[in-house]
Amino acid sequence: MSRNGLSRRTFLATLGVAGASAALSTITKAKTGSSRPEFRGMLVDTTRCIGCRDCEVACAKAKGLPMPQLGMAELDTVRQTGTTQLTVVNRFNTRNGFAFAKRQCMHCDEPACTSICLTKAMLKTPEGPVIWRGEKCMGCRGCMISCPFDIPKFEYHSANPKVVKCDMCFDRQKQGKRPACVEACPAGSLTFGTRRELLEEGRRRIATKPDAYVHHLYGENEAGGTGVLYLSASPFKTIGMNTSVDREAYPELTVPFLSSVPLILTLFPVFMLAASRARGGDHHNGEVPR
Amino acid sequence: MNGDTQSITAPHPTAREVWHHVRTELRPKGRLLTSFNVISGAVIAVGIVLVIIRFAFGLGSITNLSQAFPWGLWITFDVITGVAFAGGAYVLTFMVYVLGIDRYKPILRATILNAFLAYVFYAGAVLLDLGRPWHIANPIIGNSFGLSSVLFLVSWHFALYMLTALVEFSPAIAEWLGLRRLRKLLGSLTFGAVIFGVTLSTLHQSGLGAVFMMAKDKIFPLWYSEYIPVLFFVSSIFAGLSMVVFEGTISERVFDHLITSKSRLSRADILVGLARICAGTMFVYLFLEVLSLTHSQTWRYLWSSMGLWFLVEVVGFVAVPCVFYVVALRQRNFLLIRIAAIMTMVGVVLNRMNIAIFAYRWDAPHHYIPSWMEVEVTLAIVFAEIWAFRWIVNRMPVLSDPPLWASEQPKHAST
Repeated sequence: MSRNGLSRRTFLATLGVAGASAALSTITKAKTGSSRPEFRGMLVDTTRCIGCRDCEVACAKAKGLPMPQLGMAELDTVRQTGTTQLTVVNRFNTRNGFAFAKRQCMHCDEPACTSICLTKAMLKTPEGPVIWRGEKCMGCRGCMISCPFDIPKFEYHSANPKVVKCDMCFDRQKQGKRPACVEACPAGSLTFGTRRELLEEGRRRIATKPDAYVHHLYGENEAGGTGVLYLSASPFKTIGMNTSVDREAYPELTVPFLSSVPLILTLFPVFMLAASRARGGDHHNGEVPR
Repeated sequence: MNGDTQSITAPHPTAREVWHHVRTELRPKGRLLTSFNVISGAVIAVGIVLVIIRFAFGLGSITNLSQAFPWGLWITFDVITGVAFAGGAYVLTFMVYVLGIDRYKPILRATILNAFLAYVFYAGAVLLDLGRPWHIANPIIGNSFGLSSVLFLVSWHFALYMLTALVEFSPAIAEWLGLRRLRKLLGSLTFGAVIFGVTLSTLHQSGLGAVFMMAKDKIFPLWYSEYIPVLFFVSSIFAGLSMVVFEGTISERVFDHLITSKSRLSRADILVGLARICAGTMFVYLFLEVLSLTHSQTWRYLWSSMGLWFLVEVVGFVAVPCVFYVVALRQRNFLLIRIAAIMTMVGVVLNRMNIAIFAYRWDAPHHYIPSWMEVEVTLAIVFAEIWAFRWIVNRMPVLSDPPLWASEQPKHAST
């Protein structure tokens, strides 16, 4: 289901366009075009990353967060994103020498965080970024329990805490700009585009330089497909990527339970009424226990 | 029956009389300075201070929660385990009202009251844990329904079940106030409420397990399986009934003066009946555990430290008390029933804590351990619930018999 997300989307768009032209209605056509944009994402080519961490700085500036410490010492430990840093670049000693891998929200096609969220505070926008909306969130932290990449972070020391994570610079995207990290990258390691284009570009790079890459695009199928895709020279496990992540979209795991809900909700009362009638019970007495 | 309740004898008391009655009832009954009151009062007072600190400076100020461990003792013990222990009400109401097993009637009201208060206090403890509790109404008022969310279902069901349990208990309130017409009306709602309540409980007891479905890679394989929702549901039956046994044991001593000799006699049969249901459902639970281990092929994990811990939970605190229940009900050994009940409750606490805390990120370098302040607040909530329970039991016909006028109501009064 998830992996077909994009093709289904394209299929529906095509269908919409076909229907629109058949009906000769420009309104329908325009509507179909605007309500079904393609997911945008980011291609991270770790073979090109030089570890300059300009993306970390650009991210902090764009989001008004404290400047990251830029010493070499930070590179010795594998850092996690946090409430004051939405993206981090880590250094890994691989069989091909040092490799750098940027971490941030993966912007899944079908995210676990939006699926568990009971107020739609976490939202997968039709444009692709997964965003958090403070006016909806009640701070239950179910997103943190569910996210297979451990991305949402919570401000434990605030009376008005936020859930913090990368939103792929959704505000900049709305102004037609690229995410701050992509814009800042001097090495061409980051590419911004529609997920479809990025998949093609990733495959093209593997095909043109088959010896330079592991023949796998991390994120193509991981967690049912993610908006951020990775290329690497060494196995993804060695650059700190979670390789035990499911290939199915995580919300699928709740489907068996959720699909049993309407059955129980409608059948249980009927069965109970029947059971009560069968024993000759009277429904209206409301007698007191004594 | 105490004198105050009897004082409202007029068929339809005026509002002023009802108000006067409530005011006299608000006064404490019995000695105030008992050792229980002093200790629990102090715990509650400290708890209130800690809660103020928590709301002023954030969750991190008094809890050990972290980015890796977003849910701690409050969610796991107070909310998730507390709700499982409240399961006795839906099981007993189902047996009495749907199956017509009248034997359990003497303990029904205390069980419903206990469940209602459990939802108010323990599920209510979610308010302390929510980072942004001022948005708690968002899933209900529907400015953004997260319809595909398991938590959405659970939150709605909490709210609805709280209401349902209140409706189920409300005849006792009407009897306390001497409001005969209201009593009749509320009584006629009971059967519908029971059907609704059993359905809701089935779904949110299992739903609490389904909440963990997406934490697949984070929970040690022995505890994670697609059976979690079913296991949560089945265990809520024996968790709830073991709680009923435990609560009954305490109540019989503390509220001795309220229990009539007639209901005291039937209590022995009730205990045996409860033990039988517990043993049966625990057997089903064990069977499902074996099925789930086989299904997910996690047998190989059993021979490890986590595996032994799993066996402590499943064998030590499910299989053993299950056997105890069987032996006890054959010998009518009431002490053994009570021991089994306590062991079963420990097992349910272990299970919920294992899934959400101990087996959750079992391999994390800095594992979560609750702070003393989290434990303190939890104790404060438990004591507050006991105070509320005691206050109501001492005033309303919960363990004591309903007033005569309510008993004398013709059986088919409302039809």
